[in-house]
Amino acid sequence: MESIALKGTGKTPTVNFNAEEGLIEIKGRSIPENSIEFYKPLVDWLDKYAATPASKTTVKIQLEYFNTSSSKCILDVFKKLEAVQRSTESVLINWYYEEDDEDMLEAGEDYQSILKIPFKMIEIIDEDN
Amino acid sequence: MEFDINVWYDEQIKGNVIFSYKGDISSNVIDQVLNTIEHQLHVIDEKPGVSKKLYNISVEAIQNLFHHVDLTPGNTAENGGKFIIFVIRKLETGYLLSTGNFIKNNRIKVLRDRIDQINFLSTEELKELYRIILGNEEFSEKGGGGLGIIDIAKRTGNKLNYSFNPMKNDYCFFCLEAVVT
Repeated sequence: MESIALKGTGKTPTVNFNAEEGLIEIKGRSIPENSIEFYKPLVDWLDKYAATPASKTTVKIQLEYFNTSSSKCILDVFKKLEAVQRSTESVLINWYYEEDDEDMLEAGEDYQSILKIPFKMIEIIDEDN
Repeated sequence: MEFDINVWYDEQIKGNVIFSYKGDISSNVIDQVLNTIEHQLHVIDEKPGVSKKLYNISVEAIQNLFHHVDLTPGNTAENGGKFIIFVIRKLETGYLLSTGNFIKNNRIKVLRDRIDQINFLSTEELKELYRIILGNEEFSEKGGGGLGIIDIAKRTGNKLNYSFNPMKNDYCFFCLEAVVT
């Protein structure tokens, strides 16, 4: 399967999906007006990946900002990963949030409460402070 | 007497204004508005936590306007401008975000009920409502599923102020205020 590598913009995140390595990474800002347009190819890719997943899938979500329009799309991404988890039982979602960003931690917990996939909440400590 | 938008706008831009916009909304305008707000918060050296909250709320508020505002009275879909007002003022503690836009009178009831419901709920209940809607499949084609305004209320932790001001024909001017502390 071909990988997806997208460079982030002011409104859309950096994306690295690598089927061979079982790496799913979304990082940066996700605040486009039309999130469905951006996420559809990613969800389609995951749909295919779910058919023949790697033995272990590592998911890294490190978002600085995301809008409510993206929140549903990110849930769609996770739902595809939930299917992978059902068949392999080896998916871990690493949810990164910046120090003191309680809203982002809470957003991760929202997904955790809806999904049947293990989450690991990881606080990023800014060493400049 | 008809509500005077210009008088209302002049009231909004009194005091310590860190950002104001009055005009039509488009995707490009959203980019400019958000970039300017982010820059201004950096210039006044606001704490990262507060900056982040205010930026997040600004994203939701302006994208809500973009998706849901009605065409300015007299305009058609072809030449259609969608007029909005967007102002952020610094208060003694925190910030006041004010928005204004035209909506048709037949949409007042749904919107008023929605905001009243949100204002009635505690922070914990709002979080619960947010999770229920997020986990629910029923999202609108605009993608938001009505989460935007809940997200704003949840992040501010304060009640939303609003008014529906009668205009000509079947329109009113909807003003919404959120205090970010």
